[in-house]
Amino acid sequence: MSLIRYQTPELSTWSPFVGLSTLRDEMNRLFDLTSPGFTGREDRLLGTWSPPLDVFQDKDNVFVKCELPGMKKEDIQISLNENTLTISGERKQEREIKEGDGYRSERFFGRFHRSVTLPVPVQANKVTAHYKEGILAVTLAKAEEAKPKQIEVQVS
Amino acid sequence: MNALTQTDQQTGAGNGTKRESYVTPVANILETADGYLLEAEMPGVNKEGLEVTVENGELVIVGRRSDKELPGTAIYREGRPLDFRRVFDLDPSIDTGKITAKMEQGILTLTLPKAEEVKPRRIKVTD
Repeated sequence: MSLIRYQTPELSTWSPFVGLSTLRDEMNRLFDLTSPGFTGREDRLLGTWSPPLDVFQDKDNVFVKCELPGMKKEDIQISLNENTLTISGERKQEREIKEGDGYRSERFFGRFHRSVTLPVPVQANKVTAHYKEGILAVTLAKAEEAKPKQIEVQVS
Repeated sequence: MNALTQTDQQTGAGNGTKRESYVTPVANILETADGYLLEAEMPGVNKEGLEVTVENGELVIVGRRSDKELPGTAIYREGRPLDFRRVFDLDPSIDTGKITAKMEQGILTLTLPKAEEVKPRRIKVTD
């Protein structure tokens, strides 16, 4: 983030608005980095890889979806500890980049780690996951007591 | 603040313009003496949803997602179910007839070879 440019008073008149527009431009850039329009992840600003996660539920299951393009399924680890689901893994850069090559890198490589607390208890032995088109989809069956129950209304 | 999504205008068939929202996919570009290698991340896109066109020295990649919305109600969302679009200005030394594309696990890999005449050649010095 650049500093607001210092202006020597003798060379130009000081305008109170010049500093403000630079500040606005800086704020715009900051928001562009974090805005969903580019990648949707604040990690761009922090420089770490945080793949986007979605959590949905219906009456029987909890669904977790994570965007992980370009991974091998053996490099993805999923674990469940009580009510916390953890997805982690590593994406290795296998491309050989020689000296003298031009290279522009926007993609993240290396380790990632996402944990999410599930809204209800789930059955640990009824979890399935599959990886297709770069999306990891995990389905967790809710524990019986967590499923919504219909309560019959008795009319006497 | 600036708009949060990049909007691209597409001209319809005579009835004015149609606005569509896209997300820009992140890409890695590697340039060697032989050509360029482009890797773009488009999770949820398969071969059928992919459109790669070259026109007027511009490379346009569009990826239409085929992953459905998850069932039920959302508790927490970070992903955006928008399609992907990105335009690149092509180096004129690229032989556009030899561009190849591969789509695997949400990654589009494009190979753009440079035309033979443009590659560095050693010139023999004669006495």
